[in-house]
Amino acid sequence: MRDVIIIGSGPAGWTAAIYAARAELKPLVFEGDEPGGQLTTTTDVENYPGFPEGVLGPDLMATLKKQAERFNTEIVSERVDEIRKNDGGSFTVVSKGEEYQTKTIILATGATAKRLGLESEKALYGKGVSACATCDGFFFKDKEVVIVGGGDSAMEEANFLTRFASKVYIVHRRDAFRASKIMQDRALNNPKIEVIWNSAVTEILGVEEGRVTGVRLKSTTDGSTRDMKIDGVFSAIGHVPNSDVVKGLVDLDEKGYVKTDPGTSKTGIPGIFACGDLQDSRYRQAITAAGSGCMAALDAERYLAER
Amino acid sequence: MEKEITDATFEADVLQAKQPVLVDFWAPWCGPCRTMGPIVEELAEELDGKAVVGKVNVDENNRYAGQYGVMSIPMFLIFKDGDVVDQLTGVVAKGELKERLEKHI
Repeated sequence: MRDVIIIGSGPAGWTAAIYAARAELKPLVFEGDEPGGQLTTTTDVENYPGFPEGVLGPDLMATLKKQAERFNTEIVSERVDEIRKNDGGSFTVVSKGEEYQTKTIILATGATAKRLGLESEKALYGKGVSACATCDGFFFKDKEVVIVGGGDSAMEEANFLTRFASKVYIVHRRDAFRASKIMQDRALNNPKIEVIWNSAVTEILGVEEGRVTGVRLKSTTDGSTRDMKIDGVFSAIGHVPNSDVVKGLVDLDEKGYVKTDPGTSKTGIPGIFACGDLQDSRYRQAITAAGSGCMAALDAERYLAER
Repeated sequence: MEKEITDATFEADVLQAKQPVLVDFWAPWCGPCRTMGPIVEELAEELDGKAVVGKVNVDENNRYAGQYGVMSIPMFLIFKDGDVVDQLTGVVAKGELKERLEKHI
């Protein structure tokens, strides 16, 4: 029987691992389908304390992993398929048909970028539709692309895409961005970026050709539609929590985020703790995820001591 | 060992190979590609002698990336007897990648 199993390998998961390992709980971390989490698809992280020059997202994640490994964290590079509650308050974690017994679980599965949810988007994924601007911007040299969204991620990705694309259109449903001032200014002052306000992408064109040829835009004010020629489609329209694996086990809010007792990482089930974006729809920062990962490890440690 | 495949060696290394080949199209500036790097390396060790595992740096080699319509990386193409038999995009768990390749061994 293990003391603690940590599910997820973003800033929350690795921070929980560092703390749990240093408390000699010999944590086991399941890295999941996306080792390193959302930060692996970003470029420069400029707001993580301790890196005055900024740090690359993937490098930051490699650093955190290394730090967790230094204190004897065991790592399994798989996803968790199922979690069961045992009689007596312990848990069974199932991954690839193998079962692991543990006294506590720290959930740190994070969130995943939302898609537009169009059939044409699915059909053209990897053929001009991309979920990762920093990975795929390169393939749009001197081409025109749209990015859908209005938050910080949309601004950052739009700016990044101008390194390659000749023109970047930001398509936004409203007449104002919710992005921070500094990020908005960077985008609005970029001569290669043009904003299409009050519009939504309702279709991606080019399914028959096997590559993106355009988008259908619908006005959110008068409902009119028009087609626009374009070579690539990116989106940054928010996130959904990865809570499928704990559905029915712990309480979720209406958006699917795991509910925790305010000011703690405790879920409704004693012995299960949650941290990071999985339980935070409000701040969703690398540093807040890391902070809550620390809380989860300390809460688990206390729970084990009192048990 | 993982093979470095270039536009010059692609024909011999991939298309003429006797064993199934997993090709990892990647670039040094792509975060998820860097995440997958060590995973692909481990796979190369584990399947040594049964399959060829190689990577193409699309920054330096764009001929076959273009030919196979690679517009999103990391992209993994599995080849058998010169044909693409399977394809995966983005960060993938090691087990998943291994299973998909082992089907063709």
